[in-house]
Amino acid sequence: MKIRSLVSITDYNKEEILEILNLAADFEANPNRKTLDGKVIATLFFEPSTRTRLSFETAVNRLGGRIIGFSDSMTSSSVKGETLHDTIKMVGSYADAIVMRHPLEGAARYASEISPVPIINAGDGANQHPSQTLLDLYSILKTQGTLENLKICLVGDLKYGRTVHSLIMAMSHFNPSFRFIAPDELKMPDEYKDFCRKNNIPYEERTELAGNFDDADILYITRVQKERFLDLIEFERVKNVYTLKKSMLEHTKPNLKILHPLPRVNEIAQDVDESPKAYYFQQAQNGLYVRQAIVSKVLMNVPIF
Amino acid sequence: MKRLQVAALRNGTVIDHIPANKLFKVFAILDLSNCTETITVGNNLNSQTVGKKGIIKISDRFFSQEEANKISLIAPKAKINIIKEYEVVEKRLLSLPDEVREIVQCVNPACITNHQPVKTFFNVVTENDETHLRCHYCERDVKLEEVKLK
Repeated sequence: MKIRSLVSITDYNKEEILEILNLAADFEANPNRKTLDGKVIATLFFEPSTRTRLSFETAVNRLGGRIIGFSDSMTSSSVKGETLHDTIKMVGSYADAIVMRHPLEGAARYASEISPVPIINAGDGANQHPSQTLLDLYSILKTQGTLENLKICLVGDLKYGRTVHSLIMAMSHFNPSFRFIAPDELKMPDEYKDFCRKNNIPYEERTELAGNFDDADILYITRVQKERFLDLIEFERVKNVYTLKKSMLEHTKPNLKILHPLPRVNEIAQDVDESPKAYYFQQAQNGLYVRQAIVSKVLMNVPIF
Repeated sequence: MKRLQVAALRNGTVIDHIPANKLFKVFAILDLSNCTETITVGNNLNSQTVGKKGIIKISDRFFSQEEANKISLIAPKAKINIIKEYEVVEKRLLSLPDEVREIVQCVNPACITNHQPVKTFFNVVTENDETHLRCHYCERDVKLEEVKLK
């Protein structure tokens, strides 16, 4: 039987995405299950990512599984020059599944081809981070009651932001419409606009944030990173234009929710946090239940609720 | 009678209409440096279809369709003629393969294949009448004109 790794959100079809989201809801209602009793899960973090690692490790712990691994490649044998191939072969002989974060793109796909146990991609460079996408979907489903026919505004770094690209792919099953709001330097790449056209997904593009999301159900904000700009004066201008303030929420829909993959810097003012429309901290918490669902699914160890 | 610019071949394969600047890439992709048969090469010959062209004639060597298709990655307009007893017995049409393994390098500097001993693997994808290679690992698209051989 083929080992079911989760490398990219496109590895899951619509039914499998919905299966994960339903399972996550079950785990949210009852997070402490001992279904992974006796299982060992490796978390191999070749680059640090505290939030993602702790979220996966908490998920495994709440299911009664045990964790081995490292949180930084400086403390692993890759610093001695061991290839990824050998590390995966070795760890795959100890653990029942491997959760892996790696700075190189394609590392998780490669690992999934050589590993004797399932690989869960917890981020491979700027490429894929499917557990983030699934927790975004879960947050949308939970706050809107449906994934179908939603108006989603994506804001900020749409050029390099992998979370927004994966979100477009995943939402394409659910008849969405998008508005892409980004400075010219960070506009949505053509390949994703082509993807929308081909899948009959309507989209619009805007360069200003203010006043452009009053009809939205979801406002998904990403960080505009300084290092993406050649001209620092341009960065300073863009940074201020793309800061969401509480006053900008006045005419928005009552069901609007604001999502952000975190860490936030200055793209959401602190006064937004007190609005009931702010959802980014709950979104991060949802990651726990979604990761419980993912680990259970790849291990074919889904509890009966 | 038209004078041949490169001597005639008795038995073997002629790869004609190679753009002049792609000649040595075709040489490389077919690994002709390690070929022990007689090879005649002409370059910067006048051509009505591709301007300056290159031509490679290889005695007693016949390529599989799979090998021939590799040429289409570099020189899609090249013509391959199979020669037997000085006669063209077959004109082979090139078509892009579905998959390209090992011979092409990924353009993404952060791709795992550029850092670890991982063999490259691309799927040939056609979207909106445009064909490109998509890295199986990092998922980056490589345009055909950007293709870099390993």
